Amino acid sequence: MDPVTPPPIRRIVVDDEPTVVGPPPAPPANGHVGGPGSPAGVGSPAGVGSAPGVPAVREQRRRSAPAVAAYERMRLEALTIAYAAKPAVRGVTLPVRQGEVLALIGPSGCGKTTLLRSLNRLVELTPSATRSGRITLDGDDVDGLEVNRLRRRVSMVFQQPNPFPMSVFDNVAYALREQGSRRPSQSELEPAVVDALQRAGLYDEVSADLQHAALRLSGGQQQRLCIARALAVRPEVLLLDEPCSALDPRSTATIEELIVRLRSEVAIVIVTHNLQQAYRIADQVAFMYLGELVEYGPADSVFGRPREQRTRDYVAGAFG
Amino acid sequence: MSAPAHAAPAGLPPGDSSGARESITSWRPVDRIGLGLCWAAGILLCVIAAAIVVYMAVRGLQYLKPELLTRSPQTGLNQSQTGGFLDPLVGTFILTVLGVSLAAPIGVATAVWLTEYGRPFWLARLVESGVEVVAGTPSIVLAIFGLIIFQQHLFAFLSFTAQGNAVLGRSFFAAGAMMSLIALPLIVGATREALQAVPGHLREASYALGKTRAATIRRVLLPAARPAIGTGAALGMGRIVGDTAIVVILLGASLQLEGAGGGPVVSTLRGTGSTLTSYVYNNSPAGEGNAPQKAYAAAFVLLLIVIGLNFLVGRIARGGKEQAWTR
Repeated sequence: MDPVTPPPIRRIVVDDEPTVVGPPPAPPANGHVGGPGSPAGVGSPAGVGSAPGVPAVREQRRRSAPAVAAYERMRLEALTIAYAAKPAVRGVTLPVRQGEVLALIGPSGCGKTTLLRSLNRLVELTPSATRSGRITLDGDDVDGLEVNRLRRRVSMVFQQPNPFPMSVFDNVAYALREQGSRRPSQSELEPAVVDALQRAGLYDEVSADLQHAALRLSGGQQQRLCIARALAVRPEVLLLDEPCSALDPRSTATIEELIVRLRSEVAIVIVTHNLQQAYRIADQVAFMYLGELVEYGPADSVFGRPREQRTRDYVAGAFG
Repeated sequence: MSAPAHAAPAGLPPGDSSGARESITSWRPVDRIGLGLCWAAGILLCVIAAAIVVYMAVRGLQYLKPELLTRSPQTGLNQSQTGGFLDPLVGTFILTVLGVSLAAPIGVATAVWLTEYGRPFWLARLVESGVEVVAGTPSIVLAIFGLIIFQQHLFAFLSFTAQGNAVLGRSFFAAGAMMSLIALPLIVGATREALQAVPGHLREASYALGKTRAATIRRVLLPAARPAIGTGAALGMGRIVGDTAIVVILLGASLQLEGAGGGPVVSTLRGTGSTLTSYVYNNSPAGEGNAPQKAYAAAFVLLLIVIGLNFLVGRIARGGKEQAWTR
């Protein structure tokens, strides 16, 4: 082979998602890109509109899991979090509602992940972190709840798929078992484990061998296993910290569908760098910049008719 | 990417397949001499190791007879009547099991505390230095120290008490306790390393499921560290099997196992005995027994045990890598 020949380009074929690779639908000037059933006045998203087929995928996601009436589960009030003397989140007030996907967007280091980690008090694991303001879950201050109970109610999935070095079954069962004990037994847990795997859309792929080592699964399967593990404890709120950033487009599509489908059973908060992903799956979007909440509102208006200049610049890809 | 050879810097003539390889002919002489010394050092070490094994095998196999392994040692001037080394073999086994079963839980506990808690900081530093001091203490010093401790009346129940209420201070218990100090730093080190290698996000994953620290340690961290704990324990066993000073001083001078009363197993553990190392020492020309043939045979058996343990370490470590989960 001639040494200067560049390596061949490999194309990723997403065969069951033709809309993803299709040409972008030309949005009308003041356009209504939404199909029937979408709220009136849906604007063409300024930044994400240039991506091929994102609105179409959004519609597809919406249709596959129609929205239900949303109601508030968690609320952040004047939340400020600092690491040592450096504030990461400044005075954020935000509701988290069940029946909706809330996406936190913003450039790196804007405090999205810190904010997410404060919802289940995981931020407390960082010794230098200090917090002020109030976070409530169903009206109760989370500081008043026993932390491990809180974390079972507000469960979390991380950026890097991190299954435990055990079997698929044990990964989910670990979440279900009482702290360190081995009880209840495997047979008693089986229905709950299967149910969690089904809800995470992984069961069909692993049903043949639940004792399969979790680390031998593909990255996308591992991440869905982590979602199954988080769902197994029947949480009320599910926190997702860039769950797809380490995954290929196909696994990402699977997980996005899953997230939209799950939003009727749990309140979902997702941190994402990917604006198109936020637009595809989110009902509400919160844009953060330098620790402040700049804009919060329905996805269509944040992307389509941002009120703030900073939001407009960001969704246009100015400083992402 | 295709073949890595194509990543060679531009400017090389096309088709030169050795282009990616660096040739040492372009090195400076001092570097070439250095490389030669590295090769020589590695090969020398192989030769020395092979020489030890081959020499001991030749001498040992020459004198090693099955009955040596099954008969107790006897005292006598005639080598043909001094029996075998069953008792030292059993002694080695007892001491190893005793030492490791004391060291493993303490070592793992220390490692867990150091990596997962380690507060206050000054105390953690103190514990670390303590482990280092124990690791650096020569075993003969540990042995003398152990003798002082176990001759106290407080520890009379662990060894033989002579008439006049003098505590002997020498027993399997005493020697095993000191042996555990030899194995301890190895187990602490291996376990700590393994726990530190567990990525933080795995701990967080467990906390995020509402698990306590205790549950996380028991169900996630310790299973992950298990191969390393095994490696540390096997390394520790190798050290215990090979140690002579503690045996000579703390296990009494009896070649045979001599119980000290108090129940079948306890009697042996409170009693004195010998191990393969002390047997080799005793029967070598330097010792009292002066039966070098048996010393060679026993030394060969000792070498086999230690090589076997090293092999085990390798197996455990490899097995651990196969289930490695850090990607």
